[in-house]
Amino acid sequence: MTALTLTPIRVRARRPVGVTVAAAFLGLVVPAAVLAPLLAPYAPDAIDLSASLAGTSPGHLLGTDSSGQDLLSRVLYGARTSLIAPLLLLAVAALLGVTLGVLAAWRGGWTDAFVSRLTDVMYAFPGLLFTVLIIAVFGTGMTTSVLALGLAYTPTVAKYTRSLALSESRKPYVDAYRVQGMGGARICALYLVPNLGRSVAGYLVVLFGEALMSLATLSYLGFGAQPPSSDWGLMVQEGQASVVQGALLPALVPGTAIALVVVSFNVVGVWAADRLGGRN
Amino acid sequence: MKDEALLVADGLRKTYALPGRGRLTAAEDVSFTVARGGSLGIVGESGSGKTTVARMLVGLVRPDAGGVRVDGRPREARTPRRKAARLARAREIQMVFQDPYVSLDPRLTAAQCLRTALRLHGRDDGTAAELLDRVGLGEREAASLPRHLSGGQRQRLAIARALAPGPRVLVLDEAVAALDVSIQAQILRLLDEIRRDTGVALVFVGHDLAVVQHITDEVLVMRRAGSSNRAPPGGF
Repeated sequence: MTALTLTPIRVRARRPVGVTVAAAFLGLVVPAAVLAPLLAPYAPDAIDLSASLAGTSPGHLLGTDSSGQDLLSRVLYGARTSLIAPLLLLAVAALLGVTLGVLAAWRGGWTDAFVSRLTDVMYAFPGLLFTVLIIAVFGTGMTTSVLALGLAYTPTVAKYTRSLALSESRKPYVDAYRVQGMGGARICALYLVPNLGRSVAGYLVVLFGEALMSLATLSYLGFGAQPPSSDWGLMVQEGQASVVQGALLPALVPGTAIALVVVSFNVVGVWAADRLGGRN
Repeated sequence: MKDEALLVADGLRKTYALPGRGRLTAAEDVSFTVARGGSLGIVGESGSGKTTVARMLVGLVRPDAGGVRVDGRPREARTPRRKAARLARAREIQMVFQDPYVSLDPRLTAAQCLRTALRLHGRDDGTAAELLDRVGLGEREAASLPRHLSGGQRQRLAIARALAPGPRVLVLDEAVAALDVSIQAQILRLLDEIRRDTGVALVFVGHDLAVVQHITDEVLVMRRAGSSNRAPPGGF
């Protein structure tokens, strides 16, 4: 009689094709942004009026805009601001949101009530309106946009962190730190927040695409990046005038870049958040 | 009240507000003493308030009435703001929690876990190895994260962590309930050894009278929302 042995098989979830494609695309875009000065055939602000609104050609692979600026070069350089700005925005939102969320969960009582009402009030305003209000006070520009949107995203991160911190702070290992005589600030900073890190990071990856879209919208509306920046949102706005002249590329190229990067970040972000435990 | 009593719980009472108007009495007039190096078991059915009493002893729950004294000094119901006072309070009573799967920081190895507690109390890092040895954990376990340790090993680590500040009383809240019977016996033997070697007093909270009788000199039986009966183990 043969003994039947059952060997446990490590089941590894297969990565969906869409995630692989999106990750590969981002794997190309990020180095392309970093290496833009080496890859771009022209300077992003090099004007050549003789080549205005030229279509695709060996000299200009993605055509030119109304000033004869090479669209490929501009999109490559634009990737830098378009990728770094959401990162900074989310850093601001994470710093403020995690601090407020953990503070509310840890202190409870009136601190929790105050933070919760504050985030509710901020939620009541449409994010874009809130951002435009801040820009109206402090002036246009990329720095103001990043800070304003960072503030606008803070309640979302704060609410999410609060709910995570509430359940985490009730775990016995946190009680054990209390019983050891450790102070609340130290427990939160050194042990509670790092244990929330993976979940918060997963959530921020999901928010990245949304943040990029919000910044592009601000630039499109003229509140964010200002000319001669090659920010994608600003490029769409500038290229829009050429559409009536029958030239689609100046608006289509940056628009497609935004769409592809946002969709890729969303696809990769949702997958990463599931794996990091950030989407409950 | 005996003069030599190390730990005195006097008339502990705790109620919780229920949705609506009612209140749930978790513990009512619970009083007991534990001698230096002695041991007391607290048993009772689920909902009798055993864990509430354990948490009141270490200061995780503030009693509505009554108080706790260690060596004649009353323990403040609130956690002190000053670090020195907090640490002195922690050196009086430490606690081992029920579920070793969630009572250890998942990001810290066994050695890091102990070093954190030792440094907090200004004790030498080298004591970590002694403590690990004391609870029967080796170098491999010292470098392991809790998720790579078995339930018994985790509870040994939790006991070592509780011993790190050098407490005078160790409160064990259902400390073996989540473990297999054979592992339970090992942990109980370990606790008995620790008590004999270090002179730490034990308050062992559990629902299994046989287990509690095995390790304690006296047993306090708690009834649902009521007071308690006290007797030597053979008395039940």
